[in-house]
Amino acid sequence: MYAELGHLAVVIAFIAAILQSIVPMVGAAKGYAGWMDAAKPAAFVQFGAVAFAFAMLTIAFVTSDFSVKLVASNSHSLKPMLYKVSGVWGNHEGSMLLWILILTFYGALVAFFGKSLPVVLRARVLSIQAMIGVAFLAFLLFTSNPFERLPFPPIDGNDLNPLLQDPGLAFHPPFLYFGYVGLSMTFSFAVAALIQGSVDAAWARWVRPWALLAWITLTIGIALGSWWAYYELGWGGWWFWDPVENASFMPWLISVALLHSAIVVEKRETLKSWTVLLAILGFSFSLIGTFIVRSGVITSVHAFANDPERGVFILAILIVAIGGALTLYAMRANALRSNAAFSFVSRESALVLNNLLLVVATIVVFIGTIWPLVAEIVMGRKLSVGAPFFDLAFTPFMVALAIALPVGAVLPWKRANFKRSAKPMVGVIALSLSIGLLVWSLQTGGRMLAPVGLALAVWVIVGALVDLGTRTRMRQVGLNAGLRRLRNLPRADWGKAVAHIGLGLTIFGVSAITAWEAEDIRVAQIGDRFEVSGYTFQFDNVEKINGKNYTADIGTITASVDDKMVATLRPEKRFYPVQRMPTTEAGIHSRLNRDLYIAFGDQQDGGWTVRTYVKPFAVWIWIGAMVMALGGLLSMSDRRLRIATSQRKVDQ
Amino acid sequence: MLRLIICVFMLGTAAWAVEPDEVLTDPVQEARAREVSTELRCLVCRNENIDSSNAGIAKDLRILVRERITAGDTNEQVIDFVVDRYGEYVLLKPKMSFQNIILWASGPFMLLIGGLIGWRFSRNTKQAEPIALNAKEAKRLKDILDE
Repeated sequence: MYAELGHLAVVIAFIAAILQSIVPMVGAAKGYAGWMDAAKPAAFVQFGAVAFAFAMLTIAFVTSDFSVKLVASNSHSLKPMLYKVSGVWGNHEGSMLLWILILTFYGALVAFFGKSLPVVLRARVLSIQAMIGVAFLAFLLFTSNPFERLPFPPIDGNDLNPLLQDPGLAFHPPFLYFGYVGLSMTFSFAVAALIQGSVDAAWARWVRPWALLAWITLTIGIALGSWWAYYELGWGGWWFWDPVENASFMPWLISVALLHSAIVVEKRETLKSWTVLLAILGFSFSLIGTFIVRSGVITSVHAFANDPERGVFILAILIVAIGGALTLYAMRANALRSNAAFSFVSRESALVLNNLLLVVATIVVFIGTIWPLVAEIVMGRKLSVGAPFFDLAFTPFMVALAIALPVGAVLPWKRANFKRSAKPMVGVIALSLSIGLLVWSLQTGGRMLAPVGLALAVWVIVGALVDLGTRTRMRQVGLNAGLRRLRNLPRADWGKAVAHIGLGLTIFGVSAITAWEAEDIRVAQIGDRFEVSGYTFQFDNVEKINGKNYTADIGTITASVDDKMVATLRPEKRFYPVQRMPTTEAGIHSRLNRDLYIAFGDQQDGGWTVRTYVKPFAVWIWIGAMVMALGGLLSMSDRRLRIATSQRKVDQ
Repeated sequence: MLRLIICVFMLGTAAWAVEPDEVLTDPVQEARAREVSTELRCLVCRNENIDSSNAGIAKDLRILVRERITAGDTNEQVIDFVVDRYGEYVLLKPKMSFQNIILWASGPFMLLIGGLIGWRFSRNTKQAEPIALNAKEAKRLKDILDE
């Protein structure tokens, strides 16, 4: 019964979305206040109905109702409760419903908190948001109905792919979707601005929280996915330049660019049309990502069932949304006048450079991702583009970005004196270079990755700290007054410093793990001792255990330094009988200065294939990402973004 | 990344990436073999190099790479040897050839174009006159001043 109710709720949401996309838009054009106000209740109905449908689907999963096709093919009665719930979005149809749930949630947020938005702008934003809703609700209803029943329910389900039965991956999709869909908000604001033909500082301030929220959740989502890959895949890789990863990385890069250019619009009322274009591009890349993941055009093997019909449907959405928005942009961008001048050396120019590097880097990732497809269709050649290409073609942009960042961050607006602004940075440059040299001499030659990476990390981190110090004029006013001023700095300034420090930490982690990882592969018998990079590992035993829905061999390996035990590692080899699939659970011992990482292979010659890694400073990759997200949160909590709206209740 | 493992397990081969019996005794040669391996793709997997792939063909290729290295080939010779037999599909980093010019050159090219546009923009705006208010803005300013 509830499956049918859920289906009905989706239909109701679909109708509400159709009304919401037409009525307020007409009202805004004609100036009918009542029509514009209709957007608000419609947004609530849409969200309420989709939330209800989502709850119904969750009930079906939690109660293991195998008469629902989706549950039967993706769940199992013995599955732990967490994965019964996460199983709701561990498949194509359910994840699409989650996608729409978040979309309508954002719409409801605008309707609820948007009291201070100009009425016309709000009506248009909600209308465009509803158009996206119509497209995806139609997609759900006509190609991917999650509530389909089976005429003959099986006795038990097919189980969720064991690799997805993991806490890291349970929360990875919701965060990513919050990010993808968050960019639909900035898209709606951009299109509404194009329709009304004006963008001003207030607009930038309204857009910024949404851009920030999208970026924060994307950051967390990507970090969770990469962390999962690290401990689940068994060789400790954390980024693969896989098309699906690129699909989430491209919107992330664009949202970083958007965050920065929105600051220029807000503070200096320039770069307006560029910012609007970025807002459109951000969501466009989200849609392209959705297309890549779901259509199977670029990658023909994926966990989600691929279906050409779905691919065509999403392609149609993509063409209408991106094509429509860009056409509108081409027609109206001239109306967005930018009237503030700035000189070549200024904060504005620095942010333009930031945008340029990020956008070109995104395009490089995009071309690399679709190149095999293009080459095959256009030239009939089958070729591959993988990690070695991206490492070579993408990294220089990030290096340039990291080099420019600390200087750009201290330049004043409008017209800067480079010598004066960069003066406090001279010490930081010297420090970074000497650390790079020190690392280079310590590792006695070898690859330049570690020295360069570490110098950059120090440069970015210390640069951000020095910026805070000079901002408070710490040296002139003394430590106490300086600290007081530091406390009183706007949260946005703190957010900026913290997010930049997070970037530096990630650069540090990435360089360290890539340059200094030590690896050992061997067949070990129980009782064997072996040494890797200063650690002695003792293979104590292997026991068999029965999990709730799997069986496992769990090894015990103790690591010691100079006969002092430092860690006990318990790598697992699991077998999930329902899907007849083995998985590895690496044994990991994390410290701030290194991870010890052991993965089991197969039994061989009476022993086990054991892969042991010592990964220096690995955790900093993810600590850095979390620090970046924290910076975003700090910036989002800035007073300016909350009170700004109430200061400008003027109808445009 | 999800797909690559699924691919691996679907193939049902129980082998695990580089196995102990494949490793060369000379650490320098082994390091070279690993380096070459990361540039070659496992032909039956999606976006996975032969170094981390579990598929049977990846194992064959790993052994082939090591044979060529022990036979005295340079890294480039080994890669060319494999490409001659399996085609350019096996390369994870496409050759910098004319046919791949868009792939390799579009990044630097767009950076150049974007840089020029940005430079022009900042120069033009330097002398820009402040733009007069439009009628609506002028009216609003008047309203505010009159209040």
